[in-house]
Amino acid sequence: MSGKTKQPKHKMSAMAKKEERTAWLFIALPFLGFLLFMAYPICFAVFASMSKWTGMNSLVDNFCGLQNYINIFHDEKFWKSLLTTIIYLIGIPIGMILGLLLAMGMNRKIPGIRLLRTMYYVPVVSSLVAVSILWAWVYNYDYGLFNSIIKLLTGHHGPNWLGDEFWVKVALIIFMVWKGLGTSIILYLAGLQNIPRNYYEAASIDGANGWQKFRHITVPLVSPVTFYILITSLIGGFQVFVEVQVMTNKGGTNYSAATVVYYLYDKAFSNGQLGYGCALAVILAIIIFIITALNFAGQDRWVKTMD
Amino acid sequence: MSSKKDLASSRLVSKKEKIFNWIIFVLLLLGAVVMVFPLIYMIATSFMTKNQILSGTLTILPDPILIGKYSEVLKKGQFINGIFNSLKVAIPVLIIGGFTSSLAAFGFAKMRFRGKNALFLALLATIMIPFAVVMIPQYVMFTKLGWTNTLLPLIIPGCFGNVSIIFFLRQNLIGIPDDLMEAAKLDGCGYFRTFLQIFMPLMKGALATQLMLWFMGIWNDYLAPTIFLRSEKNWTLQVVIRSFNSYYAIQSDYALIMAASVIAMIPTMALFFIFQRMIIESIAISGIK
Repeated sequence: MSGKTKQPKHKMSAMAKKEERTAWLFIALPFLGFLLFMAYPICFAVFASMSKWTGMNSLVDNFCGLQNYINIFHDEKFWKSLLTTIIYLIGIPIGMILGLLLAMGMNRKIPGIRLLRTMYYVPVVSSLVAVSILWAWVYNYDYGLFNSIIKLLTGHHGPNWLGDEFWVKVALIIFMVWKGLGTSIILYLAGLQNIPRNYYEAASIDGANGWQKFRHITVPLVSPVTFYILITSLIGGFQVFVEVQVMTNKGGTNYSAATVVYYLYDKAFSNGQLGYGCALAVILAIIIFIITALNFAGQDRWVKTMD
Repeated sequence: MSSKKDLASSRLVSKKEKIFNWIIFVLLLLGAVVMVFPLIYMIATSFMTKNQILSGTLTILPDPILIGKYSEVLKKGQFINGIFNSLKVAIPVLIIGGFTSSLAAFGFAKMRFRGKNALFLALLATIMIPFAVVMIPQYVMFTKLGWTNTLLPLIIPGCFGNVSIIFFLRQNLIGIPDDLMEAAKLDGCGYFRTFLQIFMPLMKGALATQLMLWFMGIWNDYLAPTIFLRSEKNWTLQVVIRSFNSYYAIQSDYALIMAASVIAMIPTMALFFIFQRMIIESIAISGIK
C-alpha cells in the first residue's frame, strides 16, 4: 500500500532474509487455515460436483461428468428456489432507501440521536435464530401480533403470513429489512458526516432547493457507501438460510419460501445427495462471483469519489 | 438596511428549521419504536400466561406477570448445556484465534516479505466466498476426522484466525508510524517481542472491538453448528433454542420459547449496550474504507 522501495531480489541482506522468514511464520496459521478450510474444500466441491456421490458410495467410481449440472438445469425446485432468492432481494433497495432517509434525519442537530441510532441498531446485533423465532410468533396466523393488530384495525382476519405462498415472501422481506436496516443507517450516517457542509452552503447560494441538493450532492457523495451496502447485501442475500429454516415448515407451502442455500442444505443433508449439493454450491459461487464482478465493472459509472 | 432584513429572514428560517427538526425527530422516534417493538413484545410474551397469549386479542402488558417460565428454562439441562457448549467454542477461538489474527495482521502491516500483497489479497478474497460453498466438503472432512461428535469442527477452524479481523487490525496498524518498528530493530528487539510489547498495547482497543464482534458471531452462529454437530449433547445454544421452538410451539408454550430466546440474546445485547460506541464506530468505518 505505502509505496516502499522494492529491494532487489538477488541481493537480500541477511537481515531482510530473517525478516522475511519471520513474517512468513507470523502469517503461516491463517494461510494454512485458508488452504485447509477454503482452498481445499472449494477444489473438492468442484470435483465432487461431477459425481453421483452420497457420502456412502465411492466418489470416484460414481463420476458422472456434467450430469449433475444438466439435471439442475431441468430441476424445477432449483429454479423455484433461485426465483425466491431473487424475490427476497427486493428488500435490499427498500432497506437502502429507508436507511438513507433515516440517516439524513439523524444527520441533523436533534437531541437524543444516539439513543435513536441504538434503537435502530438493536435488531442487527440480535441473534438471527432468536429473532426468527420471535417473528414466526409475530406472524402467527391465529394469535400473532400482526394479525391481532389487523383484526383490531379492520375487523377482518389477517393473511396466513407464513403459510401462504405469496405472503410468506412478503413476511420474509419485511423481516430482512427490519433485521438489516440498522447497518444501512450507520453506514449512511458515516458517509453523510463525511460530506463537507460548505457543499450544501454553496448550493444554497446558487439557489438549489432541497430536492436538487439531495439529488446532486447527497446521492452522488454517498455512492461509495451505497456501493458497499449493495455488494455486501447481495452477497448476503444469496446466502439466506436461517430465517427460512426457523420460520417456515420445511421451506413453506409448496417450497414457496425456500432459497438456493436452503435447497442445497436440503439436498445434501436431508437427502444425502452430496455430489448434487456440491454442484448447487458451485453454481451458487458462480452466481455470486458474476454479480460481484458486474458490480465492480459498473462501479465507475455511478460511484463518485470525494475528489 | 438590507442586513436587518437578512437577519429577520434568517431568524425565520431557523424557526422554520426548528419546527422541521421536531417533525423529523417525531418521525425518527416513531420508526425507532416500531423497530424495537417486536423485541418488547418478545419480552412481554415471555411473562404472559398461556390464557393471555392465546386470547387472540391484542395485549402487550402481561397480566398477571409470570416469571416461572424463566426458571423453567434455566432448569432444563439441555439449555444450560447449550450455554456451556457455546462458551466452550467461543473462549478457545477468541484466545487462540485472536492471537493468530493479530500476529498475522502485524506481519502484513509492518514487515517486508515477498508475495505479501498477493497473499493478503488471496486471504481477503475468502470473505466473499459463501460458507454454503465449502460446507459440504468441510462436513465430509470433519466426519472423516471423527470430529462430528465433538465441538472441534467449530473450534479448530477459528483458531487459524479470522480474515476480517486480520483486515481490520492491519488497517489499524498501518496508521501507526513505522519509526517504532525501526527503533525496535535498532535496539535489537526481536520481531515477536516488538509485536507483543510495542504493537500489541497500541492495538488493544481495536483488537477488543473485533473480538467482541467475533464473539457475537460465534454466539449467534447457527448454520455451521447445525451441520457439524451430530450429537445432541454438543448442541450450542442457538441450535437448542431452535429445537425448543419446534418442540414447544406444538404445545403452544410460546412464553417458554420467548423466555429461552430472551436469555439467549442477553450476552450479545449486554456487550452491545456496554460497548456500543466502539462497535458502531467499527461498523461505520467498514463502509468508508
